[in-house]
Amino acid sequence: MWNVAFAELRKLRRPTLFFGTMGAVVFFSALFSSLLFLLIDSPQGNSDRGRMVGREVLGLATGGVQGFSSVGGFLGIIALCVFAAQTAQEYTYGTLRNLLVRQPGRLRILLGKFIAMKLFALIMIVLSAIVSIGASVILAPGAKVSTDLWFGADGRHAIFTTFINVTVSVIGFGTIGMVLGLLLRSPISAISLGVLWLLIVENLLIAVKNSWQKWLPGAQLQAIASGGAPSGRSAGIEYSHALLVGGIYVAIGATIASFLFVRRDVAN
Amino acid sequence: MSNTAISVSDLSKKYGDQVAVSHATFEVPLGTICGFVGPNGSGKTTTMRMLLGLITPTGGTGEILGESIKHPEKYLPRVGAMIEGPAFYPALSGKENLNVLATLGGFSTDRVQGLLEQVGLGDRAKSKFKTYSLGMKQRLGIAAALLPNPKLLMLDEPTNGLDPEGIQEVRALLRSLANDGTSVFVSSHLLSELELISDYLVMLRKGEVVFTGKMSDLMLSQQPVIIAKGANENDLTLLLAIAQKAGHHATIRDGAVHVQGPAEWALEFNRAAFNAGITLSQLTPQLPNLEETFFEMTGDK
Repeated sequence: MWNVAFAELRKLRRPTLFFGTMGAVVFFSALFSSLLFLLIDSPQGNSDRGRMVGREVLGLATGGVQGFSSVGGFLGIIALCVFAAQTAQEYTYGTLRNLLVRQPGRLRILLGKFIAMKLFALIMIVLSAIVSIGASVILAPGAKVSTDLWFGADGRHAIFTTFINVTVSVIGFGTIGMVLGLLLRSPISAISLGVLWLLIVENLLIAVKNSWQKWLPGAQLQAIASGGAPSGRSAGIEYSHALLVGGIYVAIGATIASFLFVRRDVAN
Repeated sequence: MSNTAISVSDLSKKYGDQVAVSHATFEVPLGTICGFVGPNGSGKTTTMRMLLGLITPTGGTGEILGESIKHPEKYLPRVGAMIEGPAFYPALSGKENLNVLATLGGFSTDRVQGLLEQVGLGDRAKSKFKTYSLGMKQRLGIAAALLPNPKLLMLDEPTNGLDPEGIQEVRALLRSLANDGTSVFVSSHLLSELELISDYLVMLRKGEVVFTGKMSDLMLSQQPVIIAKGANENDLTLLLAIAQKAGHHATIRDGAVHVQGPAEWALEFNRAAFNAGITLSQLTPQLPNLEETFFEMTGDK
């Protein structure tokens, strides 16, 4: 299993994939956090969907991680794309047969790949946390936001819990990407279906009937990243509910995909 | 310890109603080169995939290096394989692609550069796979198959895309591996190549084994062939009729009549053709080569 993980890391560290993904993470983390402070007085709002996050909220112990928490859903989309592409490409390139000849334990292949991709996602999250908190610290004085509570005991606790929540959410999104990659066996199909569902279909369904959001997988994972969202797209979803429903979706998807991966003939 | 590299019995694979491989039974002795031939769609690749644990047989049993094919993890660390062409990550270099496979299999990556040099890719090790020509990709596939220092090497069409020099190098490489004790199971459309290097042969037709055994036994069992051509192309059907009337099996192939029969019958054939008003431009008695035997046995032409 560890051999599979190390082999997968060799693929994940190729410069175009690694630096391209990390570049996108840095850009969007800086953007999400900067807008919170740069548009603090804007009547159009300074957060997602025109939501207003005022100075009093940003001045709380959780203020330093507001940007990081907001970018969590976006990190999830990136993870979904990376996990889906890395899994499905083995079918499109025909490299799966090489992998299985060198490591016939199919579950080991899956677990090894998953470990490597989780590590990749963790690097993404750490980088995002550094950039978004760093941008917040730099921009807070200009926006007349107090940072006194950000790094106290409560502030450090908020950083830790947000980091855990974003990590759980991103891994959840990534697992869904991996499941789609295994089921569809094509990176383009897996990524387009995943992104289309999360960004378009779920939003349309929520617009039609708001109560459906409590049962949609993307909304649950986004709510986990926000620590149970008090407002925004996933407003009203409790953290424990999101964790349970999101966990069930991920577990069922992973079980079906693993079963098919283990049983299916490799004929391409 | 078993003295066979591959041993299968009644091995079958069905996809719905379609039979890909039907009750295949054959053995490949250790330390030999065994050619695996058959027309397109005869089940060669499916058989190889079953032997490598990539697809599950619907019936039959098999052993590789003394281990059941139900437990590929027991023998695959000693098997090198290239199935259905080389498949690698286009954005990685040739060397990095092999490093991925070496890491995966738990082999030392120190071997990689030496293997690349062995297959003539030493100077292109750092080039991306997507920039390789077909022949270079094929060489990389062979290098990947050699990674585990295999006791059994299974190669599916290893000479595809290689130039004559490359084909000769692969032939020499396979022979030297066999001399060092590696068993080689190789499929190819280049029957003349297989004839040169193979000790054993397994021949498939429509999923069924039509011959398995020593190459020399196959060639000895074949009737000599008389190849005849008339001065006029229209004479071929008449020549065919003359041979068949005399009780010989005959076919028209490559613009000539191929008649199974002893070399001595050529004289009689010449006389009969003359009597029928045909002037022969060629009359050659010869032992059949593998290609002719293949067509004869698989009925492919």
